[in-house]
Amino acid sequence: MQDFAESFRLAFALVSSGDGNLLEIIALSLRVSFSAMFLSCAIGLALGSLVAVARFPGRTAVIVLFNTMMGLPPVVVGLLVYLVLSRAGPLGIFGLLYTPTAMIIAQTILITPIIAALSRQIIEDLFDEYDEFFRSLAVPVWQAMGAVLWDARYSLITVALAGFGRAIAEVGAVMIVGGNIDHLTRVMTTAIALETSKGDLALALALGIVLLTISMTVNALALTLRSSAAKQAYA
Amino acid sequence: MALPMTKATLEVAAGSATPFADQTSARAKTQTLFPLEVRGLCFDAGGRRLIDNLDLTLSASGTTMIMGPNGAGKSVFFRLIHGLLQPSSGSINWAGKLPSEAVRRKQALVFQKPVLLRRSVAENVDFVLRTIGSQSVEQREQLLDRVGLLSLSKQPARLLSGGEQQRLSLARALALNPEVLLLDEPTASLDPASVMKIEQIVADAVSHGVKVIFITHDLGQARRLASDVVFLHRGKVAEHAPAETFFECPDSEAVRDFLAGRIVL
Amino acid sequence: MRKNLMMAAFAVLTAGAVAATPAMADKSIIVQSTTSTANSGLYDYLLPEFKKKSGITVNVVAVGTGQAIKNAKNCDGDVLLVHAKSAEEKFVGEGFGVKRFDLMYNDFVIVGPPSDPAGIAETSDVKAALKAIADKGATFASRGDDSGTHKKEKKLWKAAGVDPSKGSGKWYRETGSGMGATLNAGVGMGAYVMTDRATWIAYKNKGDYKIAVEGDKEMFNQYGVILINKDKCPSVKSDLGQEFVDWLLSAEGQNAIRSYKRDGQQLFFPNAAAADMKKAG
Repeated sequence: MQDFAESFRLAFALVSSGDGNLLEIIALSLRVSFSAMFLSCAIGLALGSLVAVARFPGRTAVIVLFNTMMGLPPVVVGLLVYLVLSRAGPLGIFGLLYTPTAMIIAQTILITPIIAALSRQIIEDLFDEYDEFFRSLAVPVWQAMGAVLWDARYSLITVALAGFGRAIAEVGAVMIVGGNIDHLTRVMTTAIALETSKGDLALALALGIVLLTISMTVNALALTLRSSAAKQAYA
Repeated sequence: MALPMTKATLEVAAGSATPFADQTSARAKTQTLFPLEVRGLCFDAGGRRLIDNLDLTLSASGTTMIMGPNGAGKSVFFRLIHGLLQPSSGSINWAGKLPSEAVRRKQALVFQKPVLLRRSVAENVDFVLRTIGSQSVEQREQLLDRVGLLSLSKQPARLLSGGEQQRLSLARALALNPEVLLLDEPTASLDPASVMKIEQIVADAVSHGVKVIFITHDLGQARRLASDVVFLHRGKVAEHAPAETFFECPDSEAVRDFLAGRIVL
Repeated sequence: MRKNLMMAAFAVLTAGAVAATPAMADKSIIVQSTTSTANSGLYDYLLPEFKKKSGITVNVVAVGTGQAIKNAKNCDGDVLLVHAKSAEEKFVGEGFGVKRFDLMYNDFVIVGPPSDPAGIAETSDVKAALKAIADKGATFASRGDDSGTHKKEKKLWKAAGVDPSKGSGKWYRETGSGMGATLNAGVGMGAYVMTDRATWIAYKNKGDYKIAVEGDKEMFNQYGVILINKDKCPSVKSDLGQEFVDWLLSAEGQNAIRSYKRDGQQLFFPNAAAADMKKAG
């Protein structure tokens, strides 16, 4: 119980001190996870749209695959990305291991299936609803897709946030491919793991509280943005 | 016109004319899709025959009312002639052309259950105007004014009442400046004033040379608007006759029962 | 404070999806090392001094010795700094390392709860202590991760004539994690744990745990440093890596290691061979 009180006090002190190291770690966490989120949205929305609209043999298998991959263990993704980016691996020549880029790649792989699977469902539902209207108008399919994505944008923002939440909270993948190098690849979760292993549980928990606060801020900003945009749209 | 219009020519044609706006010029619409000839049309779904060897010929003029009990196949018939469903067998010809995209672009279908975009009323109309390559605020406002929704143009379309949704649907259909209006019970859920308004708009469209094919359950409405009436029963045409004949001395037993107010199954 | 946070968040939001810049500074090397050295805080003390002198940024990846050697074999690093002498010599023998140097040592200790169920408190005979633990079936938390510490522990069990795998899952608990995580687990379940002294001194979650066994010369813990071989790994920055190795072995580096203290206690004892020191000079 002492740890909890101590941790809240520490979390508050950490943030209010504006500690440079902490800000650096927070900034890297956000940069890595936001980049992963944007990349995953680009890939995942494209995949989700394609599977939502296209009818091809094996489509159900693809959907099952997406849904299964939503549960990819971060440490497995980390391991796969490590093996590929390692100097001894096929992409070793780029020297990407132990860089933020490697972490972005790992998190992108981790959350793309989430974006693809969830957006596929949303897009398919709305597309089915609009389908006859669009066919009656003989709207080209790309234009129809554009309209569906636009009209589903608020639901899709929630999907993106789900991906972001998973990315910023995972430790297994970034630990392996980033290496938790101080001032280079240390992010909130790996810092928490490090402090835990040093037995400094209060500091670890304090960092956890800071991480939660950041996630909450991001979600609150997104919601605010959403409601003000909605207001403007119908004002 | 022997060949189907290309998309480019169509957009120019559609974009150049404001739909039925200029009341004074009364320029009649050129009809390129009639006669509509349906031969031996069958449609099966879920092991049931919904349209059963249906034959029908419609001409370019006036308003054709389609009537019949629920489940007679009226809405399915609309989707078939509009090209949204593929027949199991039989043929559909719009002046010799199959119901292709090019043909569909000259028609506007108002669904029984309106499909509205999750946008504002104005944006719903704008979307349709954009698909025919013309988008102007005046055009949109004129259309919304015609259906009495101008004051609601910034409302989300899905928050409209059932009747308002139908009127928005109709405004979008008019935005296409179609040769043919296919209306699937557009007044089913409207109050009498709105029904009158819609009927005026339809009559106005007809007077501008637009062919209207209109599904209704409302006998009074059919009497007011019909040039000819098609009575569908169990997936077949039970009777197709000019309005006077249909209402005064119908040929088939089903129609006689129907007109007499007996339940037709 | 909220302003700081909001500004940080805003800066990142506006930066958006900008691809990660290649964050490695020009002059930087990667050292594959162990959790015990990293958790002790030694690098936080040494590296700024080295950077001041050389301008080289040293990026430390802290994993178990077993994984550190594996990573080094994959050429994912420039220098290897671990504590498992025979594995290190094998690494050099296979041509992955240029040469192995003794760098420093500390020692292992066995820590345990005050109740001392095996009755080994304040003894110095590690073999007898391990045997007592096994005989009494007192809980013992092992790294179980093929790390330097784990290798050493297995060697000591063997010397004590005990096969702990027979008690695996019962009194012998293999956590499969780093030193700190194993200590957390051990303290949590009242088990004895063998740890290097540096990690123990720096460790903050001791609870009422105390050192039970220390001072046996069998518990000596030697660290070695190896430059990874360019012949096997062309990506290795040999010059920069060599500069770091040389500095560690030099009088200056050795003094720096000696002067690192936690709670007034020296954690590592430099012991580079005099010849290596002079050469590095």
